[in-house]
Amino acid sequence: MSYKVKLEIFEGPLDLLLHLVKQNHLEIANIPIAQITDQYLKYLELMQALDLEIAGEFLVMAATLMQIKSRQLLPPETLTPEEKEEPDPAQELIRRLLEYQRFKQAAEVLGGMEKTRLVQFSRPTRPDGTPEQVEEFVEASLFDLLTAFSQFMQGELPRELIHEIVKDEFTVEEKINLLRRLTQEQDRVSFAELFGKAKTKMEAVAIFLALLELIRLKEISIRQSQLFGEIVIMRNTGDLEVAG
Amino acid sequence: MNDEEAKRILEALLLVTDKTLLIEQAGEVLGAGVDPADVRRLLNELAQQYAQENRRIRIQEVAEGFEYNTDPELASYVLKLTRRVRSVRLTKPSLETLAIIAYRQPMTRIEIEQVRGVDVGGVLDTLGKLNLIRVVGRKETVGRPILYGTTRDFLDHFGLKNLEDLPSLEELKAGLVPTLEIPNDSQTAAQTD
Repeated sequence: MSYKVKLEIFEGPLDLLLHLVKQNHLEIANIPIAQITDQYLKYLELMQALDLEIAGEFLVMAATLMQIKSRQLLPPETLTPEEKEEPDPAQELIRRLLEYQRFKQAAEVLGGMEKTRLVQFSRPTRPDGTPEQVEEFVEASLFDLLTAFSQFMQGELPRELIHEIVKDEFTVEEKINLLRRLTQEQDRVSFAELFGKAKTKMEAVAIFLALLELIRLKEISIRQSQLFGEIVIMRNTGDLEVAG
Repeated sequence: MNDEEAKRILEALLLVTDKTLLIEQAGEVLGAGVDPADVRRLLNELAQQYAQENRRIRIQEVAEGFEYNTDPELASYVLKLTRRVRSVRLTKPSLETLAIIAYRQPMTRIEIEQVRGVDVGGVLDTLGKLNLIRVVGRKETVGRPILYGTTRDFLDHFGLKNLEDLPSLEELKAGLVPTLEIPNDSQTAAQTD
């Protein structure tokens, strides 16, 4: 497929792992590596099947997970003396996840402070602009989107191999235009409504890629009414500058 | 000059200043030999006075200084008169990167990437353009990589008094600061358990 959506603007492997931990209601401290590894690899497969450009960091993490998994399967006496001396990679991963999660929490708190600050008006010298509409939505992550999409793909559509999409019966460009039109006509488009328009899996994939591309271009954003709730797609109002 | 006199001057300075009245600036105006700690104390007293009188304009300590600002509850009215408002809301990757830098500064790009697990080059560019981070020096190791730190605009953006005013990571770790609760936002608070 000619259209490669780059993932670097989205989240990284640690985000995916935290997403899986949350989704399975697990504790980071006793995360079942074998189970998580399988799920992690399924996401990578899905991303590959969609021909998304996967950042190298995702593959490095996959290797780390598989290393931990195989090490846990081996009886401890089979480890070489060097391996025994190395820091336990599972503990190291848990430490990184806990550390990263704490910063994510800090970022959320900062996000809240930013929101409060936005409605305090002070003496001039602030750049012009219009206010963000304050809505009770959580910004959905790429993995929320992938989860919703894979659930949809397991649904009732005629079974077809994802690989056959290459024949561009539906182009991503065309779906980009569709999405632009829909988000202009309506304040918000629900995920189900959007994908309900797809008659085949090929078409659904094209819509999904168009969605990712428009997110990357910051034309639209995806929100969830609550954690793991339904995903809605909204157009970013042009006069609101969203950074980075 | 007694305290009351100084406060009258500070009140005037707050009114005419560009945005934030820096403690340092205010000290200079009040005259040589004025202790910045005293300036801060006086401004805090003034702020308390405003709060006690239940005025709708508040004096708030922010970004190494003090400013007048309006009650957030009145935002919708203020916006009818003026559309002037801080226009940037940061995305999640930007907020996360900024949080890491804020707590661990000074940091090199590689060190930030080790925590986030992804490339942060693009995000650093954006944060630099927004003047939320700056280059604070170079690390004396191989390649002398650039060290990043936060700016005064960073404090202003989040309404922080200074860096010590950041929520403590220990509290976050202990779950004392609920992760889903956004300050002044009662609806999302219900989701924490």
